[in-house]
Amino acid sequence: MIPGIGVLTQNTLWCFSQMKGAIETGVTEADIISTVEFNHTGELLATGDKGGRVVIFQREQESKNQVHRRGEYNVYSTFQSHEPEFDYLKSLEIEEKINKIRWLPQQNAAYFLLSTNDKTVKLWKVSERDKRPEGYNLKDEEGRLRDPATITTLRVPVLRPMDLMVEATPRRVFANAHTYHINSISVNSDYETYMSADDLRINLWNFEITNQSFNIVDIKPANMEELTEVITAAEFHPHHCNTFVYSSSKGTIRLCDMRASALCDRHTKFFEEPEDPSNRSFFSEIISSISDVKFSHSGRYIMTRDYLTVKVWDLNMENRPIETYQVHDYLRSKLCSLYENDCIFDKFECVWNGSDSVIMTGSYNNFFRMFDRNTKRDVTLEASRENSKPRAILKPRKVCVGGKRRKDEISVDSLDFSKKILHTAWHPSENIIAVAATNNLYIFQDKVN
Amino acid sequence: AGGPGCVVCYWLLGDTQEKEGILPERAEEAKLKAKYPSLGQKPGGSDFLMKRLQKGQKYFDSGDYNMAKAKMKNKQLPSAGPDKNLVTGDHIPTPQDLPQRKSSLVTSKLAGGQVE
Repeated sequence: MIPGIGVLTQNTLWCFSQMKGAIETGVTEADIISTVEFNHTGELLATGDKGGRVVIFQREQESKNQVHRRGEYNVYSTFQSHEPEFDYLKSLEIEEKINKIRWLPQQNAAYFLLSTNDKTVKLWKVSERDKRPEGYNLKDEEGRLRDPATITTLRVPVLRPMDLMVEATPRRVFANAHTYHINSISVNSDYETYMSADDLRINLWNFEITNQSFNIVDIKPANMEELTEVITAAEFHPHHCNTFVYSSSKGTIRLCDMRASALCDRHTKFFEEPEDPSNRSFFSEIISSISDVKFSHSGRYIMTRDYLTVKVWDLNMENRPIETYQVHDYLRSKLCSLYENDCIFDKFECVWNGSDSVIMTGSYNNFFRMFDRNTKRDVTLEASRENSKPRAILKPRKVCVGGKRRKDEISVDSLDFSKKILHTAWHPSENIIAVAATNNLYIFQDKVN
Repeated sequence: AGGPGCVVCYWLLGDTQEKEGILPERAEEAKLKAKYPSLGQKPGGSDFLMKRLQKGQKYFDSGDYNMAKAKMKNKQLPSAGPDKNLVTGDHIPTPQDLPQRKSSLVTSKLAGGQVE
């Protein structure tokens, strides 16, 4: 463990490490990264994109020669996870965009991950092959069948080493269980089940069974005219396999216990911050919609992201969050135009660092923000090509609202709202972060002293 | 003002707003209502939620389409209004209205795939 890890003090300096993806003026929509996730050891980093493709990077072994350079991530495997579909019965176009990837903990030599689009979840096995059998009797070395008349001896094929090949194969396809669009998947701590959540329902699956799933939450009203909220995200507790949470478009979080009943429509806990009625506006409900919910590694807290803030809640206190962090409060005076260009509906994610002491989330203009829960310090950094020299230290950025703009500050009106950082990931135990900036993946590390 | 944690010099604006007693969101709301007077007056379930649930829905009736084509002959088919998602009623969707679906069986550029 590196000393000082997990503490964002003025001594923590973030450096550019790598950038993946093409540098081009016009971004192809299929290349837009839609999800980023480290596996449980941090050895692998997976990305999913709008084109339905998954790319997995593997951290290279640290070499003794280059002590000051921590292991870099290189391409390990890539495959087409989902393809575009059209449901002719419902006239529904199903995007191939990968909404989420979640890794399973490693139990043998192979790696397993779940990837999902709007309708179908798939379990992928990623395995290495470094040997192949040679010396078949009936086939020659190119695989062509030999003329039986020429076969006069019998031999036993032997395994010979070959160049490492990484194969990805779909092991399970969990389809046809969601009427609405899947927004979340979460692997249970029992490693036997997982859940998938759409706008109105949450299903529980067993990894071995693809033709059935249990519906554990159903908030669809009998009359759709009465619909007032939808499910926006869901996650299992990291240790208690009976507990999960789901967030709503109204800014509330419900914690459910599967031991209480088969259908968890009645929550065990209900987290909601009381709203000051005098603050209510047309935008109140929209900006309170929670776009992401994440348990801390300890399982004691949950973090939620709404349009303007990140909040930390103590599971033992339902009536208000214990911490609220302003991500980009200056956008309050821009809500009208953000509503018109749909940016107000952008779904930002949030992540914890390995020790739950620092939280991170994205913003616009390729900015992302980190908040240290202990020191209460925060920093704004930028994922940009200008700061892409190896080991270049990232300079903190500042946004200025009205008044005098200092030389290195940027004004709210100059922010580029098309450059949004919706997806980020933090290595489970080290200060290495992956930030998706549209079609590019940036990897940053803290400075090695 | 300053220090490593400071990001926004918002207190300047905040002070003025407090004096006037107007929340920034209210000012923004007034702007929006001025532009779109009918906003928020539809009865029934929330507009945003319904739109969200209907994502991906495409309506097309080949019979309507061919009849309309036959009737119009030389005239231009009416094109979609601003809200391309709600394609029902008088408007007949045309192939030009539907977003181009490009097959993405090309290796991702993150993995070193070709830049087109």
